[in-house]
Amino acid sequence: MPTLESALVISNNQVSSHMFEMELAAPQIVPFCEPGQFVHLRVNSLNDPLLRRPLSLYDVDKKRGTITLLYKVVGKGTTSLAQLHADEYVDVMGPLGRPFSYPPAGQWAILVGGGVGIAPLLYLARRLKEKNYPVRVLYGTQSSSELVALDRFRQLGVQTVAATMDGEADYQGLVTDLLYQQLSGQEVEYLYTCGPEPMMAEVAEYARQYGLNGEVSLEEHMACGVGACLGCARKLKDSDEGYVKVCKDGPVFGLYEVELDLAPR
Amino acid sequence: MPNQPLKPDKVDMSVNLGGLQMKNPVCTASGTFGYGSEYIDYFDPALLGAVIVKGTTMEPRAGNPPPRIVETPAGMLNAIGLENPGVEAFISQYMPELRAQGVTVVANIAGNTLEEYGQLAQRLDHVEGIAALELNISCPNVKQGGLQFGTDPDMVYQVVNMVKSNTQLPVIPKLSPNVTDIVAIASAAQEGGADALAMINTLMGMAVDIDRCRPTLANIFGGLSGPAIKPVALRMIYQVYQQVKLPILGGGGIVSVRDALEFMMVGASAVSIGTGIFVDPYLPCQVIDGLQEYAAQHGLASIKELVGAAHQE
Repeated sequence: MPTLESALVISNNQVSSHMFEMELAAPQIVPFCEPGQFVHLRVNSLNDPLLRRPLSLYDVDKKRGTITLLYKVVGKGTTSLAQLHADEYVDVMGPLGRPFSYPPAGQWAILVGGGVGIAPLLYLARRLKEKNYPVRVLYGTQSSSELVALDRFRQLGVQTVAATMDGEADYQGLVTDLLYQQLSGQEVEYLYTCGPEPMMAEVAEYARQYGLNGEVSLEEHMACGVGACLGCARKLKDSDEGYVKVCKDGPVFGLYEVELDLAPR
Repeated sequence: MPNQPLKPDKVDMSVNLGGLQMKNPVCTASGTFGYGSEYIDYFDPALLGAVIVKGTTMEPRAGNPPPRIVETPAGMLNAIGLENPGVEAFISQYMPELRAQGVTVVANIAGNTLEEYGQLAQRLDHVEGIAALELNISCPNVKQGGLQFGTDPDMVYQVVNMVKSNTQLPVIPKLSPNVTDIVAIASAAQEGGADALAMINTLMGMAVDIDRCRPTLANIFGGLSGPAIKPVALRMIYQVYQQVKLPILGGGGIVSVRDALEFMMVGASAVSIGTGIFVDPYLPCQVIDGLQEYAAQHGLASIKELVGAAHQE
């Protein structure tokens, strides 16, 4: 059951030029957390910025009762979050939204993440590993200095290949090009992707070509986070009459449920 | 206020808003609380004075294309576009659960024409569990070239009158602040037969996305809510309280007990919480408790004694 708790900040560290990693003690929320879900944070108690900020679960430690979030400082809300110190409290709602599902037995889980979009894939990788799925992670960023999640995936013991444009990681180029290269043809893949929409669109195109299934995690500005305000509406397909709520019907959707834009939105 | 403090449970929290009987003066504003079940993990909606449900139209509406919301200083703009499943689906799909939960339900209706308001009122009149009708009169009147019902006193009179002649329920028009003379609008609503007034709806505004060099909202304009509009709401309620003898459901940017007290002191008999719920889902319950404690500390036997207190000389 989702709930609201005042969570103790255990750490809030800068991990690259614009990214932070925050660990929170949230013992009431943790037992219900599934990969792909998000928490809704009130970044301060000043009502400025006013609205909560949704952040996907980067990692969850059920024994310690903690959740870890990875976020990029892009505006007022995340700037305010970055100013939180250890031993301060932050108001957290969650877990919210529809989680990832697990692949059919025997399939490989291929996780394709770009930039800060890697966040929900770490906790997913952990859970897939616990369930003994074979997992491969393809992780793309602009430069190798932004590969902030790489060590965490490697510590999990999942096969992880990094693609950057600067040529200082495993592969030079786009993570979606890497996706085609790593295809062995020997195994059936179930794809999970989160990142910039054009990247996810390429992943969906790859899936279509090879007849593979999978899921995407979408991002949208939100107000309530629980399906009440209808602010985070999105059409799954251009021809659809109605809208879905990314917060409640998603943020995870089937790879073929949603039409993704190749051009940046 | 020289009275001796009371125990909080000695304060009568009930209010009667023009025939809408509520156990306490705190409601959730239309469009911010869905149909009452969205926040069920956080609190029991039956604890509220009333739940004002999402605006309902005759036919289903898909709503506006995104982006529908944008945060602004101390507020947010929204242009949801009245997304709702239509009045029949509201009655068949949402009312049973609301009834089962024992929620005091205020339906919020929005018409494209005067006739549609009448039809909606008639359709909801004998639906069990609906305690009152709130009228969204910030809709464009398609027959009058899209002019909003709520900005013209004569149209306000007509729409309230139309609804009144089609229902036995208390009728509460929700006044738009996007007018020059709010007292003229409130008076027209009173003449039309309104039982109470809800004040205020959102203020029209816009935001610009400088990266795309376009208005941020797909609808270009949206309704501003949140603490940014509170002073405007207080001023309008203060003015209307002095001139119009109808009970007022006050709201606009309430994010604390203190805000709710201000609304009651300028003349609101009850308060509605909207955007504040997004910030803190527990806010409605905190306001109920906070109002009760405040009244107790000041020795008020009834929360009604706060209403309009700021007008005393």
